[in-house]
Amino acid sequence: MNLAYYPGCALHGSSNDYEQSLRACLGALDVQLNEIDDWICCGATAAHSLNQKLAVALPARNLALAESKGFHEMLAPCPMCSMQLLKARKELAENEALRRSVSEIVELELRGEAKVLNLIQLFEAIGMDRLKAAVKVPLSSLTAACYYGCLLTRPPEVVEFDDFEQPRSMEKILESLGGKTVDWNYRTECCGAGMTMASEQTVLDLSHKILTNAQQHGADCLVVACPMCHVNLDMKQPNIEQHYGVKHAMPIYYLSDVVGLALGFEPEALGVNRHFVPGVGRSADLRVSKPAAGPKADAPAKDAGTRAGATAKA
Amino acid sequence: MNVETVVSDSVVPQVESLAHTRIRDCYQCGKCTAGCPMAAGMDAGPTRLIRLLQLGQTEKALRAQGMWQCVSCQTCSTRCPKSVDCAGIMDALRQLSFERGVTTPEQQRTVLFQKAFLANIRRNGRLNELELIGEFKLTTFLSGRSVAFLLKDAALAPELMKRKKFHLLGEKAHDRAVVARIFARCMDNSPL
Repeated sequence: MNLAYYPGCALHGSSNDYEQSLRACLGALDVQLNEIDDWICCGATAAHSLNQKLAVALPARNLALAESKGFHEMLAPCPMCSMQLLKARKELAENEALRRSVSEIVELELRGEAKVLNLIQLFEAIGMDRLKAAVKVPLSSLTAACYYGCLLTRPPEVVEFDDFEQPRSMEKILESLGGKTVDWNYRTECCGAGMTMASEQTVLDLSHKILTNAQQHGADCLVVACPMCHVNLDMKQPNIEQHYGVKHAMPIYYLSDVVGLALGFEPEALGVNRHFVPGVGRSADLRVSKPAAGPKADAPAKDAGTRAGATAKA
Repeated sequence: MNVETVVSDSVVPQVESLAHTRIRDCYQCGKCTAGCPMAAGMDAGPTRLIRLLQLGQTEKALRAQGMWQCVSCQTCSTRCPKSVDCAGIMDALRQLSFERGVTTPEQQRTVLFQKAFLANIRRNGRLNELELIGEFKLTTFLSGRSVAFLLKDAALAPELMKRKKFHLLGEKAHDRAVVARIFARCMDNSPL
């Protein structure tokens, strides 16, 4: 498989651990990523809040760059980027006059050929059968809460991906890797997104609720496919713990981390050792199954009674 | 009833054109506010803000706190049975209230951050995180004079460095001239 790759600013900056892990595991799955030559920022929230034209033009330039090299598919692993790219693509496809004027603005002809994929969609394109066949270390010792956040599924008419209230695509991937997943309530709630700098308290409040709910439903880790979600849930987790006086100690893995671990990569090769909250230390640790009665089983979650009456109160 | 007749200023048309949505389409079911993760802390949630606009009480809407708590998660717009882009309305209200200078320094941070972000990619083609943080901290300090906010997050820098989690010099696009031209063309007759 050979496709264009739009890393976006985060993956070349503070989320370079995400790029490290997706390059490692996609390489092992024979996916060739061709980074778009001289890509520019998609404009993110700032452009769509402050200048509608820029919010179309910046992503459009990148779409045109990919098309000019003859690519029909492009991976954008950051959901903010992929949503902006998809939104621009949709608006250009629906409005010929806009397509012409934006082509002039960005100095490249836009043909609207390049499809944009998020990382989950790329794994779906690779196929669950191929993933299953490639598993060297089944993830049976992980019980994951798959967290989608906002922009993987919203706005649905733009991203046209999975069910926007009850997505399941990441769970299917985790299950193909031999991992367990939990049903929980906060999979599409917001983590505070880009408010990290401007309003930290918002991020602490929202992310605390997400971590708490995941824990209450028996998860021992979170799996995300978004650099911003990772920043808020991982990098800010020590601040959340300090602010609320609790200990979450919840490792936050990128989707490509868990795929990579199942493919047999050492955590260090995936950049897991660079997270703020320590995750699995060595690949070998995943092979040792946990004792049947772990701490989670001993202390049933507060609201577990509503889910499984038999196990809630022993 | 035609609610437009009571609107005495230009705020509603401005919101509608910024957000590409129609204020009068809202029939006040409250689904947006019910699903809003920030509603509990808002003086006026999306339903009420839209109602204020429908009633022409635009000054109240522009001085509300609600839109400044919005995290743009899009849940409201996604669930609206009338396809009103509530999140877009929040964006528009922030922009208009910022322009009219009726905001507090804390509220201004959201817009100042976005402005610093755009200025940064205009210069570099790609985001330079360190530069952005520096610039954002400086402008918010000049507007609010909060030393605590200026120094907050400083402890994060060595932690990120230890993890090699940022690009020290920051990446730049090679063809920054084309980026500058794109910006210049888009800034033409833009609302800002």
